[in-house]
Parts: sequence; C-alpha cells; structure tokens
Amino acid sequence: MPKITYVAVDGTERTIDVALGTSVMRGAVFNDIDGIVAQCGGHAQCATCHVYVDETNLDQVEPARPDEDDMLGFTACPRRPNSRLSCQLKVTSDMDGLIVHLPERQY
Amino acid sequence: MTNSTHPASVVVVGSGQGGYQTAASLRENGYRGRVTLISAEDALPYERPPLSKAYLTGRADQAQLWLRPATYYVRQSIDLVGGTVTEIDRAARTVRLADGSSYEYGHLVLATGARPRTLDVPGAGLRGVHTLRTAQDATELRTALATARRAVVVGAGFIGLEFASVARSVAPEPGGSTARGSGRTAVRQAGRSTAREPGHSGCEVTVVEALDRPLARAVSAPTADHFTRLHRAEGTRFLFGQGVAALHGDGRGRVASVELTDGRRLPADLVLVGVGVTPRTELAAAAGLPVRGGITVDSRLLTGDPHISAIGDCAAFPQVRSGNLRRLESVQNAVGHARLVAERITGSTTRAYNELPWFWSDQFSTKLQITGVDDEGHDTEVVLGDENSEAFSVLLFRGADLLAVESVNRPADHLAARQLLARGIKVTPDDAAAPGFTLKGHLTHPAPGRRHHTPGAGRTVIPCRSSNADVTPSPDTSPPSNDPS
Ligand SMILES: Cc1cc2nc3c(=O)[nH]c(=O)nc-3n(C[C@H](O)[C@H](O)[C@H](O)COP(=O)(O)OP(=O)(O)OC[C@H]3O[C@@H](n4cnc5c(N)ncnc54)[C@H](O)[C@@H]3O)c2cc1C
Ligand code: FES
Repeated sequence: MPKITYVAVDGTERTIDVALGTSVMRGAVFNDIDGIVAQCGGHAQCATCHVYVDETNLDQVEPARPDEDDMLGFTACPRRPNSRLSCQLKVTSDMDGLIVHLPERQY
Repeated sequence: MTNSTHPASVVVVGSGQGGYQTAASLRENGYRGRVTLISAEDALPYERPPLSKAYLTGRADQAQLWLRPATYYVRQSIDLVGGTVTEIDRAARTVRLADGSSYEYGHLVLATGARPRTLDVPGAGLRGVHTLRTAQDATELRTALATARRAVVVGAGFIGLEFASVARSVAPEPGGSTARGSGRTAVRQAGRSTAREPGHSGCEVTVVEALDRPLARAVSAPTADHFTRLHRAEGTRFLFGQGVAALHGDGRGRVASVELTDGRRLPADLVLVGVGVTPRTELAAAAGLPVRGGITVDSRLLTGDPHISAIGDCAAFPQVRSGNLRRLESVQNAVGHARLVAERITGSTTRAYNELPWFWSDQFSTKLQITGVDDEGHDTEVVLGDENSEAFSVLLFRGADLLAVESVNRPADHLAARQLLARGIKVTPDDAAAPGFTLKGHLTHPAPGRRHHTPGAGRTVIPCRSSNADVTPSPDTSPPSNDPS
C-alpha cells in the first residue's frame, strides 16, 4: 500500500499506508487524522478536505478535473497552485511517498 | 475556553450527521465539559447519502460509512451511549433512557432526525417491503436486490429514484466497491454497462407516483422532466397519478404484487416505499416543547426552552428570506445547524442561522445539485442551456429575486450560484435571460439594474408554469430532500 504523509499546521507528521483505490481524504479520516473535515463525504461538494500537495510531489498526482478546480474556489484557506481536494485524489501506486500539508482551517 | 457561563455538560440525542457534528464542533471550539452522544442505532455515527447510492451496489461494510473511527471518540472524550431516550425532564434537566438510566444536561441538543413514512394499506407489513433510512435498511435492501427480479418503487422522491437507478444498474452479483466517493464511479459504470447490455441489468423497475411527475415537491418541471426521460431511457417504467391500494403476499408472508388504486396489479418481489419522512418530534412534544411540522426553533435554533436546541432533519426553523418555519433534509443543513449550536454553546456566537442551503443527488451518471430554497413559490423559471440536453441549469425567481438554482450536470453553475446567493449578488430574470449570460460571468461582472432586456432573448423563460406556492407546508409529507416541506 502506498505510504502517504500528512503534515499538520504545527508540523506534526503522520505517515499512513493507504489502500489503493480509496482517496487521500479517506486515508486521513479512517486513520483519525485531524484537519480534514470532509463534510460531503467525498462528493467534491464542500471543499472541507482541502490539502496542499508538497511541491516535491506534484508530479505524483493527476491534475484536477474541472469540477474539483471550480470547487477549489471555495476553500477556507487560500487556494494555491498546489491546492487540491483530497477526496478527489484517488490513491494509486504512483503516490507512494506523497506528502500533503493540511491547511489551518477547513471552514 | 470553558468558563462559568458554559454549561457543564452537553447531551445530544441522536448521533446521525447532526449529532456527530455537534459533538465534534464542541471539541473543535475548545469545549471541555462532558459531551454525551446518545444513539438508538447500534453503530458508530455514519453518513446516509451512500445508503441509496454506492453502498447499495457493492459489498462495502458499514465501517466504510463511518464519519470517524472509534478511536476518534475516545481521543476527543465524546461518550457514545447506545439506547433510546424516552423522556426529557426539563425541570430536573435530565434525559431518561429506555433501560432506565438517566443523564443530566447543562444543554440538550435534539438531533433525532426523521423516520420514513410507511404505507397505510393492507399488506404493508409483508416481507420484501422495505423503507430506506438506516445502514441496517440498506444492508437488507442490497441483499434483497441481489436476487430481486421485479422491483416496485412507491414514491418518486430522491430516495425512490436513487434506489431505482441502482436497481437498474446493478448486476445481480455486484462486484466489490467502496462506499464513499470512489463508489460513485461504480454506480456510473454499472449504469453504462446496463445501457449497453440490457440483458445484464439487475432487475425490472416500476416507479409508482401519486403526482404527475417525479420530485414534484423538490424541483421545477424542467428538472423533473429530465429525470423522467433519464430513468425511462434506462428502462424504468413510471406510473404517474397512481396510488397503492394494497400489497398482496405469496401465501408465505412475502410480497408478490402491488395493487394500484386503478385496480391493476404489478407483480413484485421487492417493494421500496419512498413516500417521505416524519420528523421525530415525539420526545420534544411530550416535554411540552412547541412542535409544528418539526420541533419549532428560533433563528438561533433554540426551542422554547433556553437549555434545549433542535437541529437537522427534525427542526423546523425560520428560513432566512421568507421567515417561514420549515424543515430541510440535507447533510449541509444538519452540519450547518450543528456548528452554529456548538458555537453558541461555547459562547463564540449569538448569530442567527443563515447558511445557504445546498444539496445533491446522483442518479445514473447524472448529478443534480440544488442551492437555495424555493419555499415561497417561484413565479419565473429561466433555463440556462438546453433543458432537453444532458446538462442545464434552472434558475427559479420570485419577482426580481433569485430563490434557487437547480443544476443538472453543470457543477460550475452550481458553484457560481452558491457564491451569488451567499454573497447576495442580485440576479434578475432579465439578467439571466440576456444572451451570453452565465452565472460565473455574473459573479465577476454583475449587471445591477439592467432591466431593459426583453425576456426570452436567447433563453427559455417560463413564467409561473409550476409555482410551488400552492404546496402547503406540511413537512410530514416531504420527500427526503431539501424540498419544500
Ligand atoms: C438514503 C438517504 C440518502 C440521502 N442522500 C442525501 C444526499 O445525497 N445529500 C444530502 O445532502 N442529504 C442526503 N440525505 C439526507 C441526510 O442524510 C439527512 O438530512 C441527515 O442525515 C440528517 O441528519 P440528522 O442528524 O438530522 O438526522 P439523522 O442522520 O437521521 O440522525 C438521527 C439519529 O437520531 C436517532 N434517534 C432518534 N430519536 C432518538 C431517541 N429518542 N433516542 C436516541 N436516538 C434517537 C436516530 O436513530 C438516528 O440515528 C439522505 C438521506 C437518506 C436516508
Ligand atoms: S469531502 Fe467534500 S469536497 Fe472533498
């Protein structure tokens, strides 16, 4: 299973084995990592699963599709070029070693 | 953050979407008192939307529906108590459970949700007749679906139609899929393969609806018509203007047919009753709290008792625009209510609830998204895009004011509409009917006071074809959605 590292605002890191086919959002929620709210349960409807993909990992994720891109306009913390909705980041074997940074707030 | 003005303990009745969020938000806001989450369901708090969607199609276990894992509640010191609350003693500020135990509260939050309405006809209790509200219901239903040949859906509301779309899509022996998010794709792909290989579809589906179109209380006519076409194209049969007179068994206690009000009998081995829900107000009523089509609350979501709030599906609250008391049934509403109540309890707000409602429904490969509320009745509809195509939005106006926007496969419209409505940016029917109008464009370049356009130039403008104004607010009959009650 790919290892994904979640970095909290205070710098605390947790690395989790996340099952292929689930999402980076679910990896966090199921493993009891704070900082991802995921109000809509992964439907790209709420923007409360916002993460910043580490600059060194950007080539490991597919670019955002249009509906995710639009929804990124709704994040509580500023949108940056590396902003993503973690529910739309489907876990693939290419993601091993992915690092995502959690924003300060989700709403 | 706990200080002397904070209640020493908060008891939440119901650990659905609203109850869970109340507890979670209390802790996020730094509340340090005792938090007790009491649930009649024997499960960790979970989400309901997948129950009529991905969960029905796959083999995902209930753990995949959980809002948070068990460790979360331990870490956050949230006490999960299994049991049914049978009584509120307002004078003593305690709640009593069916097993005789009782809990004291400084503040009580009622998040009791709603229960599905059942049919009041002979045979309603036969095996094979289902409703869909809980994970337990969904698990039973998907087992039934795996072998069902002929399903009859009673009521063309959201639950009925979402179920119909799964029933048409799912192959008799469903492949594994996950519950949330990713599972949606499974539904969609299954839908496609059904369309290509009709012989492979799970079961025959007939939807019986008393009114003349689906989702009649929830959406405008163009949107309803789209869903009629969509489901028909996927092989679902609709019987409109029909009620159910009786259900007949096979002599061994299992349903075998559905008798309609016109006397026809439809063979059926599975019946899903989706005729709306009744808010669970009985506790509040017995405690002498005002109940009118829901537990009545003020704009701060307080009941008549300053120590008791009510939130989510069970709460009738004043709508921001109209002031009308009504319930909404959506994840957004339950979560929004919960957050406000948690903020109020921890003293960080005294504000009135004013979140913009939004809602979604997935049927086959179509995504419907709604924002706003059409509770006063719209008098004008403006359609962006072609209402006979696969993607369009319907803007609902009352006079010059935009009430709600329904988007069919147009997520960008939905999001722009949410921004427009939330920020109070004015859109008139004339604006929307002007050639070249887009919601996104209007967001960046609003055209205030642009009133001289001829409605209809390039857009479909439908004056008062199907105002909802005549829908009497009686939440007890509302389909499961954020539709007018
Ligand atoms: C199948 C289905 C699909 C849906 N799809 C969508 C969707 O796509 N999008 C959307 O926005 N919304 C959807 N909804 C609606 C959404 O799930 C509800 O609006 C939301 O769950 C309401 O949350 P709640 O906390 O008010 O009530 P609930 O989630 O119903 O929770 C209430 C809980 O309180 C418990 N309870 C009640 N009385 C007592 C008592 N006396 N003692 C102890 N416990 C008690 C109940 O057992 C229940 O567990 C769907 C609902 C269903 C059923
Ligand atoms: S969980 Fe709602 S947008 Fe990702």
